[in-house]
Amino acid sequence: MFNEMSGEDGVTRSAYEGVARWIDETGVDALLLKTEEAEAIFRRIGITFAVYGEGGDPERLIPFDLIPRVFDAHEWRRLDRGIKQRARALNAFLWDVYHRGEILKAGIVPERLVYQNAAFLPEMIGVDPPGRVYSHIVGIDIVRTGENSFQVLEDNCRTPSGVSYKLETRAIMMRMFPELFQSLSIQPVDDYPDLLRKTLEEVAPPACKGDPTVVIMTPGSLNSAYYEHSFLADRMGVDLVEPQDLFVDEGRVWMRTTQGPKRVDVIYRRIDDDFLDPITFRADSVLGVPGLMQVYRTGGVTICSAPGAGVADDKAVYCYVPEMIRFYLGETAILENVPTWRCSEPDELSHVLANLGDMVVKEVHGSGGYGMLIGPKATAEEIEAYASRIRAEPADFIAQPTLELSASPSLAGGGIAARHVDLRPYCMVGADMRLAPGGLTRVALREGSLVVNSSQGGGVKDTWVLSE
Amino acid sequence: MLLSIRHRTFYRYDPPAARVALKLRLYPAVTAAQTPRSWSVTVNGEAPHMRLANGYGDEESVWLAHDGAEEVEIVAEGVVETRDVHGVLRGWRMAARPAMFLRKTPLTAPDEAITALAKEATAGKTGISAAHALSEAVRDAVDYRPGATTAKTTAAETLNLGAGVCQDHTHLLISGARSLGAAARYVVGYLMVGEGDQPELSTEQETHAWAEIWIDSLGWVGFDASNRICPTDHYVRLAAGLDAPDAAPLRGSITGAAEETLEADVQVTQAQ
Repeated sequence: MFNEMSGEDGVTRSAYEGVARWIDETGVDALLLKTEEAEAIFRRIGITFAVYGEGGDPERLIPFDLIPRVFDAHEWRRLDRGIKQRARALNAFLWDVYHRGEILKAGIVPERLVYQNAAFLPEMIGVDPPGRVYSHIVGIDIVRTGENSFQVLEDNCRTPSGVSYKLETRAIMMRMFPELFQSLSIQPVDDYPDLLRKTLEEVAPPACKGDPTVVIMTPGSLNSAYYEHSFLADRMGVDLVEPQDLFVDEGRVWMRTTQGPKRVDVIYRRIDDDFLDPITFRADSVLGVPGLMQVYRTGGVTICSAPGAGVADDKAVYCYVPEMIRFYLGETAILENVPTWRCSEPDELSHVLANLGDMVVKEVHGSGGYGMLIGPKATAEEIEAYASRIRAEPADFIAQPTLELSASPSLAGGGIAARHVDLRPYCMVGADMRLAPGGLTRVALREGSLVVNSSQGGGVKDTWVLSE
Repeated sequence: MLLSIRHRTFYRYDPPAARVALKLRLYPAVTAAQTPRSWSVTVNGEAPHMRLANGYGDEESVWLAHDGAEEVEIVAEGVVETRDVHGVLRGWRMAARPAMFLRKTPLTAPDEAITALAKEATAGKTGISAAHALSEAVRDAVDYRPGATTAKTTAAETLNLGAGVCQDHTHLLISGARSLGAAARYVVGYLMVGEGDQPELSTEQETHAWAEIWIDSLGWVGFDASNRICPTDHYVRLAAGLDAPDAAPLRGSITGAAEETLEADVQVTQAQ
């Protein structure tokens, strides 16, 4: 297991020298006291945490770990290039499958993976979103298994959440330990809302003349990620709206305001495709803006992310991202995929069924760490029950080896202990590509656990990217 | 042939609906089989907005009322010149790839009985002759019986019941074709009835439905299982989809109305 702080040889890695010194000087007891203080602040300002789609109690406080995770400038440069490369290929794929489907005709990605995927929306065929951008905020989950070994676990092309926690954890660290940020060259992250707003403005629709009006659309205050929606609207200085605040008239979208209707140009929606427009998608939905899709398709408004972008972040489509990078960009993937077996393929299926005890099996459309089989931790009965689910619908499952995720020193179990971490950076795609330094680091606070999802006992910590 | 068509749909809301949003797919495209000579679609006398081709290549438009509506009258009418091209769809801009129409939907999901019917009917046949055989087998298995089914009846239920209307024949034909790996879709349109050669056509419904099956050498070919023929110059094609709700010529979202009354009728006659 790779230790982020002490490396492969037990010698503190240079990126962590500042952190190691700080831990020594402060002492574990003081850090534990500081953790209580941090939690009190979180509670007072009302940050609650439930990552979208992960269920759980939306009013729960996420465990916050004071010890940051650190990347040096050199490491980050490679991640930055690899993430942008992937985001570029995923958007190229989305444009292709909603147009001529060249990668399908070339036999590189199977047609059924795309056309029989519920996330592929026929309503998007032939639509040209501004700048050919479909996924405007690409969240790519990355794990590390060695000094130079980073692997992509999953792509999130729809509405990846968690960025507010990344910004809040930084804010709290700066408030509690200002001296750390004075003595070490840590790249700032607080310009994220400005960069996001700029990105959203850059993809304004053809009909927009002058300064675009951007809004965030939330399903409402009962949604588990409502805190993040209101946080981002507040920091970007844009309106937070619910579907019923918007209406379509004269080929444009309008928002009801106390000063009368105001035209809306760009909608950063944090609401699923199904609930965007009841005359196009789910007719039984009371949510949604009737006629929205027609305005979108005629270039009167931009929806971010584009409807139907989810067809690129499917766990079965994931297997083909390195091929996409070769096909669209003519490049070799900078970041590796985790080796993945597709149960839809008979050969791969029999390999998976024969080795279930050593593998992690996931549902193709699942998320949040639910519905997984972690072979090495499962009982014989659990494995047999899961095997019969796989046999019934093989195409719904993929399998991966159990990875030795890297571990980062964390305050856990009354002291400092190594705990597994992953990383979700946020890549913004407008006219330019922008990557905020670092991302959301999630940490599995239970000893030995590899599951970092907040619903499964995971916490968050600040992520530092050092300057040169 | 010149077909004169008037398709009227009338909704009354009690109390008046606070908001009405309609999506209309009532625009016959120009194809080798049909050319609209005149065509108009109005809602309460006005033309709907934002008319454009959707992802399937069919035109659609939207009509919205924000300040209450008691009555909504939708009229599609005009004259369409038709030619008999034996059901082959030509001269039509293809948008969605055929493989799109292999998707299962709740109304068309095949069960074992459908899969068996499709296999048996097409044993030893390929391409167009397999499609004809499947269409015949569907009609043989399901009597034409208005009122036997509802809009929510699935293909599997239809086969089990052995009775239905054009929607049911079409769903079953689509389901069987897809179970064999052939792309198939649901088509909505108009049909001129009572011409002797087509004696038992639907008069219960405001529009007619049939299937299109993808044949590699020909492209999309229409099969009207209810009438045991491929569409002729008696047919006008409006729109296609994965199943009946997906191809619906009218879709609405209404808020605030407690009760909805619907009247609809279609008249198709030969124009002079």
